[in-house]
Amino acid sequence: MLHTFVAYVEDLPGVLTRVASLFRRLNINISSLTVGRSERPGLSRLTLVCDASAEAGHRIRASLYKLENVVDVDDIAQAPNVTRELALIKVAASTKTRSQIFELVEVFRARIVDLTAESLMIEMTGVESKIEGLIEILRASDCRILELCRSGKMTMRRGHHTSSVLKAMGAKGDEKPLEEEETAAVEAEF
Amino acid sequence: MGSKKHSQSSNVQLTAPTRLTGAEIIWATLAGEGVTDVFGYPGGAILPAYDALRKFPIRHTLVRHEQGASHMADGYARASGKLGVAIATSGPGATNLITGIATAMLDSIPMLCITGNVSSKVLGTDAFQEVDITGITLPVTKHNFLVNRAEDIASTIRHAVQIATSGRPGPVLVDITKDAQQATALFDFEAAKPKPYRPHPMLRVEAGGLEQAADLICSAKRPVILAGHGVIESGAMEQVRTLAERAQIPVALTLLGLGSFPASHPLNLGMMGMHGEAWVNHAIQEADLLIACGMRFDDRVTGKTSSYALNAKKIHIEVDPAEINKNIKVDVALVGDLRAVLEELLPRIAGRDGGTWLQTIDQSKGASSVRDIKNLPDSGHLYAAHVMHDLWRITGGNAIVVTDVGQHQMWEAQYFHHEKPRTLITSGGLGTMGFALPAAIGAKTACPDQEVWVVAGDGGFQMTSAELATIVQEKIKINIAIINNGYLGMVRQWQEFFYERNYEATPLVSPDFVKLADAHGIPARSVHTRGEVAEAVQEARSAKGPFLLNFMVEKEDSVYPMIPAGNALHEMIRRPGQNPLVESVND
Repeated sequence: MLHTFVAYVEDLPGVLTRVASLFRRLNINISSLTVGRSERPGLSRLTLVCDASAEAGHRIRASLYKLENVVDVDDIAQAPNVTRELALIKVAASTKTRSQIFELVEVFRARIVDLTAESLMIEMTGVESKIEGLIEILRASDCRILELCRSGKMTMRRGHHTSSVLKAMGAKGDEKPLEEEETAAVEAEF
Repeated sequence: MGSKKHSQSSNVQLTAPTRLTGAEIIWATLAGEGVTDVFGYPGGAILPAYDALRKFPIRHTLVRHEQGASHMADGYARASGKLGVAIATSGPGATNLITGIATAMLDSIPMLCITGNVSSKVLGTDAFQEVDITGITLPVTKHNFLVNRAEDIASTIRHAVQIATSGRPGPVLVDITKDAQQATALFDFEAAKPKPYRPHPMLRVEAGGLEQAADLICSAKRPVILAGHGVIESGAMEQVRTLAERAQIPVALTLLGLGSFPASHPLNLGMMGMHGEAWVNHAIQEADLLIACGMRFDDRVTGKTSSYALNAKKIHIEVDPAEINKNIKVDVALVGDLRAVLEELLPRIAGRDGGTWLQTIDQSKGASSVRDIKNLPDSGHLYAAHVMHDLWRITGGNAIVVTDVGQHQMWEAQYFHHEKPRTLITSGGLGTMGFALPAAIGAKTACPDQEVWVVAGDGGFQMTSAELATIVQEKIKINIAIINNGYLGMVRQWQEFFYERNYEATPLVSPDFVKLADAHGIPARSVHTRGEVAEAVQEARSAKGPFLLNFMVEKEDSVYPMIPAGNALHEMIRRPGQNPLVESVND
């Protein structure tokens, strides 16, 4: 099954190697990894997606915590969450084919962020399937994709209470996050 | 050198903040952490540190190969429970430490390795003797650091010591560039204190776990305690003993757990696993409850996991959350320091009558337990088991025995009965040949008043025999017993059992060990018959300095019983015929 881990790690040289090395040692392939600054000073937040057995989740989380530079680990598992990916797509486009691509971009609620005589660049944010959808349609419409760059998944739990929020508020470290708040928000997918 | 005068030791004030070189800060910090002994080998990138060493009250043992340094630090830690420290230079000095670091990692030994590295200006340029040692040791250290500023040395070493000695202990490496050693910084030991230790966030005893465990223990008909290395690391010997005695539960031990529960105790079953006695493994397979204390269900103790103790509920008391359900699925996990968990569990345990189960186990020992190897007719052959047995008897079991890896290691575990923790020092997890001699030097350095014996095979001994010179230079009184069978014995045994006696690359030509010892100025003698054993052992013990005994044992003897790798715990190869090489604990 797919596991999604969100971890806060110290923003220091070599930390990513330590995290990656753990998965290498367990012979688990990391299918997606996104890292960037977090709301906590000096800490980076990473979202890591991997395919492993259902039982592996506990051990991976416990092993991540054993890394000295890892401060907090959340196993998102099946908890309600928002997951997004960013894609930049450079497509060959002449004056003749441009308008057709503009229409597709409109339908997918993506944006054109660069335009030249022979090509244009599309920026798109969304769930994985939405991005896959646009790529597929572009290919089906005989558009030549020159470059494709995807960020990998970023995940955040829905609702106010997450284990990391509790910890940041100084609550006792707890394995289980509180019951998820009922959220009226529905993902704005189409 | 051990000859250093202590009057030199007060040159550096540790109490008030002082301006020191990075090199001096290394030693000042170590001294502040209570380190009194280090094992190392100098070289270009660590020379500034060596230059400053004479100002500090720290004894340095010069090794002959850096692998020896890491094994000595390891043996020092295992014998004393204190932090062991190894020092090496950059490049090959650092890489030579690795086998010793991995050995300590697999057996959870608190160890600090300090390596020099090239100047930070040329770091990453493939400079002379440069190697990315933090990168290389990443998977075999609990953590490691690269330091390139003098002002970071004290805080990093203190943090490293905290990591190495806390939670589940392990080796930590601190790599310090040469320019950081040469620069100066204000040394303030107090200010360099690490943040308070943060226990693993998943350490906790499940709600109701203690009650559940207590209920399981009270209602069990056939319980067995499995005691591992964690009992010793956590200092939970008394608590395990109280649990066993109060609830009348027999105790089986892992190799690294030997000594955590007295061998002579009536509830002690002995060692479990691949070379454990049949009744121990049968008791585990027939048990209805296993109480695993500070052990990790290693493949050498479980055999095939899918057929391991199928009728038993399992309680796992363990300090490392990543060990829970790793190899064997357990019913109750009490994740925390073993001693603390047992202290909480014990008030919930009432007296219990274990009579029937204990009798059943006793009966399964059958005739094998009452036969005594000393009653074997002297056939003119010398068996390693005899040597171990006699060594145990003559030393009263009071010596620290440091073994290498292989057949002799298993015979030691079977025939030398350990009453106290930290009296058996052996590489269990990594199974590192060449461990014994250097680790014994470390053990003797830590415990100078204890009798220390090296027990090694002719193969493993040659891997690190260069350290013979170290014991002479450092005037270390250890006794060495080489169990010499002219083979890489354990590998030969596997070839005999599983490779149709194809003894490829296992017959071993060795030097004349007596002459080798003599070349070092170490007295030695060879022993060929059972009759000479006792006298030879006594001669070694009464010698003022080190002494080497070369026991020429039966060449193609095997360790029994044996569970072939991948077999179930009860599917063992038993001793052939009526070979009664089994010992009664009352003997």
